[in-house]
Amino acid sequence: MSIEIVNVSKRFGDFVALDNVNVSIPSGQLTALLGPSGGGKSTLLRIIAGLETADSGRIEIEGVDATKLSPQKRNVGFVFQHYAAFKHLSVARNVAFGLEIRKRPKVEIRERVDELLKLVHLSQFADRLPSQLSGGQRQRMALARALAVQPTVLLLDEPFGALDAKVRKELRDWLRRLHDEVHVTTVFVTHDQEEALEVADEIVVINEGRVEQIGSPDELYDTPANDFVMRFLGPVTELGDRLVRPHDLQLLTGGGEPDTVTGRITRITRIGFEIRVEVAVGEQLVTVTLTRNEFLSLGLQVGSEVQVRVATGVGAPRLIDAV
Amino acid sequence: MASHPSTRTRRGPVTYLVRLIVIVYLFFLVAWPVYLVGKNTFADGMDNINSIIEDPDIVHALSLTVQVAIIAVIINTLFGVGISILLVRYDFPGKRLLSALLDMPLSVSPIVVGLALILVYGGRNGWFGPGLESMGFQVIFATPGIVLATVFVALPLVIREVVPVLEEVGEEQEQAARSLGANAWQTFLRITLPSIKWGVVYGVVLSLARSLGEFGAVKVVSGNVLGETRTATLVVEEKYLNFDKGGSYATAFLLALVAVACIIIVSVIRPKEDR
Repeated sequence: MSIEIVNVSKRFGDFVALDNVNVSIPSGQLTALLGPSGGGKSTLLRIIAGLETADSGRIEIEGVDATKLSPQKRNVGFVFQHYAAFKHLSVARNVAFGLEIRKRPKVEIRERVDELLKLVHLSQFADRLPSQLSGGQRQRMALARALAVQPTVLLLDEPFGALDAKVRKELRDWLRRLHDEVHVTTVFVTHDQEEALEVADEIVVINEGRVEQIGSPDELYDTPANDFVMRFLGPVTELGDRLVRPHDLQLLTGGGEPDTVTGRITRITRIGFEIRVEVAVGEQLVTVTLTRNEFLSLGLQVGSEVQVRVATGVGAPRLIDAV
Repeated sequence: MASHPSTRTRRGPVTYLVRLIVIVYLFFLVAWPVYLVGKNTFADGMDNINSIIEDPDIVHALSLTVQVAIIAVIINTLFGVGISILLVRYDFPGKRLLSALLDMPLSVSPIVVGLALILVYGGRNGWFGPGLESMGFQVIFATPGIVLATVFVALPLVIREVVPVLEEVGEEQEQAARSLGANAWQTFLRITLPSIKWGVVYGVVLSLARSLGEFGAVKVVSGNVLGETRTATLVVEEKYLNFDKGGSYATAFLLALVAVACIIIVSVIRPKEDR
């Protein structure tokens, strides 16, 4: 295990940011800390980096007790949401910063900077100032800067949060590929479940200062530990006393099938390739998503009477947790 | 920067009227009076200037003023940058009180400052002064007292310039530097200082101008001894009261010249792309 977080708690005044958190983060993998804003995930990341100190508990990085170490002695690379570019230094000098601090020979620094700029596709911008780069380019520069010192772990705090949707998706794919090349233990914080599911090897779901579940994207999606995780990782709808994904529901028009409930369609919304149908079953409003072809073959309209059931082959649906 | 073109595209009559008012106002308040000092200085050609430069006591006063100003600026810059970082980057009880206290020198009349310093450091009755004096260190009626008074009145200027810049720059660049292995001193030299550079330069220039021109506090603590503790501003007053208007204007002109030159130089070398 690369990073061990043991019984870590942190308060800001009356606000409990982290409540006795225990997490083991494996070496060489890409781990996501996922959760809603204000849930404590960024605080945890900053505690790992030493930018924040825990009130109690212990942090180990590669077997070394780092709890009391200052940030500059932890050898972690940290990437900030708003890049934290050194505005007065060129792109190359930004990347070279950590190496210059370590007093490496000039030739070595130049070679390493060239290599890293190539890795993040910024070679032609080496002499520009950060203010002359786009957001996505600045974040890639920040990543190269963090990688330059060959950190034991790379920590990214909402790295794509300040970028627009398209660049964000590109950088997300690029980060995954980069990690497959570089293999440094990487932890990134995100509140975007799609980003976590797509990029991470392992996801730690954090909410209200506590760890809700740790697992692979598949585990989390298919067997969520509780309602919170299920709701957070994707769309859900309630059918009777069960919590299900809208795409795990089927609509039938024939009638007479077992295990179905009957309702009336109240609304049909088309979102690209997906059709979202709202069905009123008694007092309950159930959401079902269909593909366009399924929808057309059923010939549904607002006001039609339909039967709803959980698709066969889907694992037993969750009963809603007692509150 | 992007807002400039848009705010300057509409030039209605109101814009010109407002400009006119500002220009007239500044002309009568600042430009015209300062110009007249210059005009009076050179009313008889270079005579006034020459008579000043040839008087060893006045040359001494001018050099004393410059020395005091430089020492005071150095002290205020070191202290000011340190205090600014403390105020912006750290939380501690009494922070607001400290911040309010730092504005005191701007609100208290310099003459009160002078009297207060005498109460503390005065050689005979001061709270602290007799002790220092017995160790052979005279503060009041000597150069240290003048420096002290000057430092006091110019104290907030560097801080008030640097604090907003530090706040705007934020802490993340410094944290990034720390996580890349820089220690506190390296972070300050390589990251913090370059990013607050123009705030510091502006603060230094304002402090220098203020220090050169300090009058009230210095008058009280210096003793105003000709050729020893009389500074340039005191020379201006003395000459004026003794009906040597030419000498008074000439000294005043030199004082103003240095201060104005500082501000002009800075606004010229300061990069257009602000901070």
